[in-house]
Amino acid sequence: MIRQERMRVVKHREIAHNIYEMTLIGQLVHEMKSPGQFVHIRVSDSYEPLLRRPISIASIDRETLEFTIIYRAEGRGTSMLATKNIGDEVDVLGPLGNGFPIDEAAPGETVVLVGGGIGVPPLYELSKRLVEKGVKPIHILGFQTKEVVFYEELFGELGETHVVTVDGTHGHQGFVTTVLAGLKTDFSTYFTCGPTAMLVAMENMYPDKKGFLSFEERMGCGLGACFACVCKTTEQTAVDYVKVCSDGPVFAAGVVHI
Amino acid sequence: MNRLAIEIPGLSLKNPIMPASGCFGFGKEYAKLYDLSKLGAIMIKATTLETRLGNPTPRVAETASGMLNAIGLQNPGLEKVIAEELKWLEQYEVPIIANVAGTLTEDYVEVAKHISKSKNVKALELNISCPNVKCGGITFGTDAAVAAELTAAVKAVSEVPVYVKLSPNVTDIGEIARAVEAAGADGITMINTLIGMRLDTRTGKPVIANGTGGLSGPAVKPVALRMVYEVAKQVSIPIIGMGGITTVDDVIDFMSAGASAVAVGTANFVDPFVCPNIIEQLPEKLDWLGLNHVSELIGRSHR
Ligand SMILES: Cc1cc2nc3c(=O)[nH]c(=O)nc-3n(C[C@H](O)[C@H](O)[C@H](O)COP(=O)(O)OP(=O)(O)OC[C@H]3O[C@@H](n4cnc5c(N)ncnc54)[C@H](O)[C@@H]3O)c2cc1C
Ligand SMILES: Cc1cc2nc3c(=O)[nH]c(=O)nc-3n(C[C@H](O)[C@H](O)[C@H](O)COP(=O)(O)O)c2cc1C
Ligand code: FES
Repeated sequence: MIRQERMRVVKHREIAHNIYEMTLIGQLVHEMKSPGQFVHIRVSDSYEPLLRRPISIASIDRETLEFTIIYRAEGRGTSMLATKNIGDEVDVLGPLGNGFPIDEAAPGETVVLVGGGIGVPPLYELSKRLVEKGVKPIHILGFQTKEVVFYEELFGELGETHVVTVDGTHGHQGFVTTVLAGLKTDFSTYFTCGPTAMLVAMENMYPDKKGFLSFEERMGCGLGACFACVCKTTEQTAVDYVKVCSDGPVFAAGVVHI
Repeated sequence: MNRLAIEIPGLSLKNPIMPASGCFGFGKEYAKLYDLSKLGAIMIKATTLETRLGNPTPRVAETASGMLNAIGLQNPGLEKVIAEELKWLEQYEVPIIANVAGTLTEDYVEVAKHISKSKNVKALELNISCPNVKCGGITFGTDAAVAAELTAAVKAVSEVPVYVKLSPNVTDIGEIARAVEAAGADGITMINTLIGMRLDTRTGKPVIANGTGGLSGPAVKPVALRMVYEVAKQVSIPIIGMGGITTVDDVIDFMSAGASAVAVGTANFVDPFVCPNIIEQLPEKLDWLGLNHVSELIGRSHR
């Protein structure tokens, strides 16, 4: 069920240049089901900024009723979010959308999780769930430069992890596809979240593999009512369009026309 | 006595609060959050004769205390709206106002004829003010004679009262209002969005794929309020006011300016519970004002 709740900030810190990790506590965590779902956050009680910001759920702890988001403080809204202190309340609407289908990977199988920049966060909860199930994840995480790399060790604890930076200041140099091209291990399924160019590259590189991609689109309601976040589908898809907020944000490879 | 009840042509509203067209889909999403029967009415997403897929994305952009949208009237088309969406809405005790759009007069007439027969559709809202489609929409809403002609044509076939939704993108909104009243409109809804633009400062190009979009949200409230005030002086048919309504105080303002009921649009995106919250707060606000009934607010500014 979708809920709206004023959740309390219990942890908040900068984990890389302009990248923040925020942990919130509240009943809404009970509703969080699949990794890849997101929350819609109102960063201020005033009209400035007006709209909520969609941010992925990066990890969930049902026992403590806490969940974590990782975001880049960039524009007006996220910069304001970055000023929140521990103990402050944040207006959260969620969980929204449909996440990654964990059931698509069977125990014992190897899968790859490919993330780019602020597309990396939802892969963390996904990886934890896959590992719990006995699936072996290989992580390929792409960033612009050394200063914005985060969660390398945490992913490393869950499985093989390759970090790649565009400028080569950390890990491999190039793009996630550079690493994928050199990957020796075969895998059954890929899960990916990141910039559109990366999603396109993934679909092109593995036309015959099972894949699940998480999309981004500008949103109004976040609930499926306003038709702001609509994407055209490919000819093979039964419907003419999908809404990223309520049908996605995760879609199987080949569904969305990109 | 229900202190919040309002009677206007076709509509027995248990309270004067309803979600505005395009900001509430066909209700399904918000029904997961609260009981839709709490609402005074529901204005459904614009319905056209055929399925419309709308404009390319990005379709929305945030602006100072507001937002721009260029959805492009995306909807599943008349047949599906009647068979699926309106049918589904029948489970709720709430009158539906069907927002009707089209390219040609014939389209409006055809949609109006059929959709007005639906059991729960108690009124039509003629959308002659959508700024985001190339033809139809706003082209009907910026010329008084054309607006009047369309109103008369739809009135001739509709089984329920017809409200006309006015565009603020005109020089003299009173003139259009008077023209549609003379043509037989049962009421007026106003305002639709104001045409606006936002540029990407780095590239100098519009943020919205369509180039321009319709401005809504708290930023437009002063403009909307002035227009409701203006039109209320010039027509005697009821007005459903909207434009930036976010709080119970905004509702008081619009009704004082002359609206008999109000619609809430963009605020649903900010707070999905805004409509039931306002409904809950209204009685207390009436007490504070020393009023018995919400209808006592209507046109206070003019008295
Ligand atoms: C499903 C989903 C999950 C996301 N998960 C994360 C995450 O985990 N971490 C993270 O840092 N970012 C994430 N994003 C991107 C994040 O929503 C934007 O970075 C953020 O909205 C920008 O807000 P701002 O205040 O910084 O920018 P502003 O420039 O002030 O934003 C202006 C408007 O544009 C919208 N907008 C701007 N960029 C984007 C974008 N890339 N996608 C959608 N809307 C945008 C804003 O929501 C706002 O309405 C996600 C986006 C989506 C759609
Ligand atoms: C995303 C969006 C979609 C809209 N779609 C429609 C529509 O289909 N038909 C219509 O008559 N008005 C439409 N509108 C206009 C609203 O109904 C309303 O007139 C306007 O937004 C002003 O009210 P607000 O400031 O409360 O949003 C839309 C507005 C928004 C923001
Ligand atoms: S954001 Fe409103 S439909 Fe997706």
